[in-house]
Amino acid sequence: MAKIRVEGLYKIFGPNPKKALQMLSKGRTKDEIMAETRHGVGVNNASFEVKEGEIVVVMGLSGSGKSTLVRCLNRLITPTAGKVLVDDQDVATMGDEELRQLRQRKMGMVFQNFALFPHRTVLENAAMGLEIQGMDKGERLRRAEEALGLVGLEGWGHSYPRQLSGGMQQRVGLARALALSPDILLMDEAFSALDPLIRRDMQDELINLQERMHKTIVFISHDLDEALKLGDRIILMKDGAIVQIGTPEQILTAPADEYVARFVEDVDITKVLTAESVMKRSEAVADLRTDGPRAALRKMRKHNIAHLFVVDHNHRLVGIVSADAAANLAARGEEQLAEAICTEIKTVFPDTPAQDLFGIMADLPYPLAVVDENNKFKGLIVRGTLVAALAERGGAA
Amino acid sequence: MNGFRLPVGEFIESGIDFLVEHLSFITKASADIIETVLGAMESGLLLVPIPVFIVLTAAGVWLLTKDRRLTFGSVLGLALIWNMGLWAATVSTLALVLVSTLCAIALGVPLGILSAINTRMYQAVMPVLDVMQTMPAFVYLIPAIPFFGLGKTAAIFSTVVFSMPPAIRFTCLGIRQIPAELVECSTAFGATRMQRLMKLDLPLAAPTIMAGVNQTVMLALSMVVIASMIGAKGLGGEVWKAIQRLQMGRGFEAGIAIVIVAMILDRVLQKLGTRKDT
Repeated sequence: MAKIRVEGLYKIFGPNPKKALQMLSKGRTKDEIMAETRHGVGVNNASFEVKEGEIVVVMGLSGSGKSTLVRCLNRLITPTAGKVLVDDQDVATMGDEELRQLRQRKMGMVFQNFALFPHRTVLENAAMGLEIQGMDKGERLRRAEEALGLVGLEGWGHSYPRQLSGGMQQRVGLARALALSPDILLMDEAFSALDPLIRRDMQDELINLQERMHKTIVFISHDLDEALKLGDRIILMKDGAIVQIGTPEQILTAPADEYVARFVEDVDITKVLTAESVMKRSEAVADLRTDGPRAALRKMRKHNIAHLFVVDHNHRLVGIVSADAAANLAARGEEQLAEAICTEIKTVFPDTPAQDLFGIMADLPYPLAVVDENNKFKGLIVRGTLVAALAERGGAA
Repeated sequence: MNGFRLPVGEFIESGIDFLVEHLSFITKASADIIETVLGAMESGLLLVPIPVFIVLTAAGVWLLTKDRRLTFGSVLGLALIWNMGLWAATVSTLALVLVSTLCAIALGVPLGILSAINTRMYQAVMPVLDVMQTMPAFVYLIPAIPFFGLGKTAAIFSTVVFSMPPAIRFTCLGIRQIPAELVECSTAFGATRMQRLMKLDLPLAAPTIMAGVNQTVMLALSMVVIASMIGAKGLGGEVWKAIQRLQMGRGFEAGIAIVIVAMILDRVLQKLGTRKDT
C-alpha cells in the first residue's frame, strides 16, 4: 500500500510561479527559466510512491531539488502545484491545525546538521517532539529515554549536545524523531555531516532499527554508495525532475539515461548484486517423496546438468544428488533416492553479496544453492552464470 | 532659501500641544501613580538600615555571580558612598533607575519580539529607534514637562525613551539570529509560533537579550544626571547642584557614586547574561 503518494509535484521559487509553470510545460529548461524570469525551479513534475515499511532514497547532486522535494512532504516548503498524499490526505492543501497534527504525530524528521537545541540536555532534546504534542513531563521523558535506548545512548540523557561527538549527536536527532513513534521518517542528508567510518556505523544502525520497526523512510542523500546500501528503491533526481526510480539493481544494471549511467559507472557492482540477482530460479529439482533415481536422471538429462538439488514436500532443501550416484542406484534397481543424496552442501542466503560468492564457490564441485531463512530452496548459482551476470552488467568482477 | 522656512519646529510644537491638551489628564494621573510608587520604593529602601542593606547587596552579588572580588568591591564601594554622605541620593537614583529600566524592559522586550516576528513591525520600529538613539537626550526633557510636570515622572519618561532602544534591538537581534535549521526543526515537529517562541527563541536569545538589558540599565544611569535638570533628585541632582555652584569636589563625589552603582549593576547583569553558556 502506498503510504506516501506524490502526483505531479512542482515547486517554483519566486514571486510569479504561474509564468514559470507555463514555461516548464512548454518544455523550457530550468536554466532558461532562471535566465529569463529569475524564477528557480525546485521540483519539476515529480510523481512517485513510497510503500509502507519501505526505505526510499532520493538521490541527486546538490541543487537537484531533493531537499526541496522532501520538504514538500511535510510542507516545510509549500508546493506550487501537485498533490502530496500521506495516507490519502493531501498535505499540500490541508489546514494549519491538521498540518500540525501530521507533523507532530505522523512524521519525524532528522536533519543534516542535527538541529539539536543547545540549551537543552540530550534527554530534553529527545523529548522535544512529545513536548510539542503537549504530553506531560513524566511520560515524555520516559518515552525519550526509551528512544535514546533504541539508538544506543542510554545513560547520556543528562549531557548537553555539545559534549557529544557528531555521530552521537545525530543519534539524538534520530531518537528525537523515533520518540514520536511516527509512521514516517524523513531523513535529510542525515549522515552526510559524519566521518565516513561513523557514517557506515549509522547506516548499519539504521538498517538494524528498520528490521525491527518497519517505518516508512524517505532518505535524502548525495552519496550513491549510501543510497545503494539503504534504499529498497532509489529515486534519482536532476534539475528538479525525477530521472529514474528503481531498485538499486535496476539503477545499476539498467540506467535510464546517460546521466544515471555516469552516476553509477564507478560503483563496484559486486558489492551491490546479491546472490538472488545472479541465481537461476531452477525448476529442475528432485522431490524426495516422489522422485526415484530414474526420475532424477531424467530431469538431469532434460536440463543437461550433472547435479540435481533435492527438496522435501515443503520445498526445503535436503541435499544434492549427482548423475553418477543416481545412475548407480538405478543400476541396482533402488526405488528410493535417499541413499545417494549428499547432505553436506554449502548454501547462501538471497541477500549474500555477489562479491562473497567467488570465495564460497572457488572449489565447489557442484552448484551453490540459494535458500531462505527457513531453508527453502530459492535457486542455484553456477560459476558460469555468476561471471556472465557480472560481465553482462559491466561490473569489475 | 531666503524668506521661506519649513515650519518643522512649529509643526512638532503644535502636535505636542494638541497631545498635551487631550492627553495630559491621563499623563498627569499616571504621573501621580508613578510618583507614589517611586516614593514608596524609595522610603522602603531607606527604611533598611544602611549596614544591613550593604550586607544584603553583597550576599545578592555573591549568590548571582560567585565572584569574590566583585562582592568585596561592592561592599567597599557602597561603604564609600555611605561615608561620602550620598546614601539617600543613591537610593533615590537606584529607585529611579529600577523603575525606568523595568518600564523600558516591559515595553522594549515585547516590542523586540514583535519586530523579530513581524517584518512590517520591524520596518516601522527600526527608524524610530534610530531617532530615539541619536536625538540628543536633552530634547526629550522638554515635552516631558508639559505631559508630566516637573519632577520624577518626567525624568522617568525621558529615561525610558532614552534607554529602551537597546532592549528592543538586542531582543530582536537575538531572535533573528536563531539558526535557521533550529527554526525549521521546530516547525517540522509541529510547533506553534508561541511554542517556538517559548521553547526556542527566548531561551536561545536570552544571553543577547540580557546584554540589551545591561545596556538599558547603563543608559538609564547615564540619563539620571541629565534628567536631574527637570527635577529628578538623587545623585544626578547632586551633580547638577555642584555644576551650578562650581563645587568640583562635590561633583566628583556624586560622579564616583554613580560609577560605583553602575559597575555593580553592570557586572551582575553581565554575569547573568553569560551564565547559561558556561
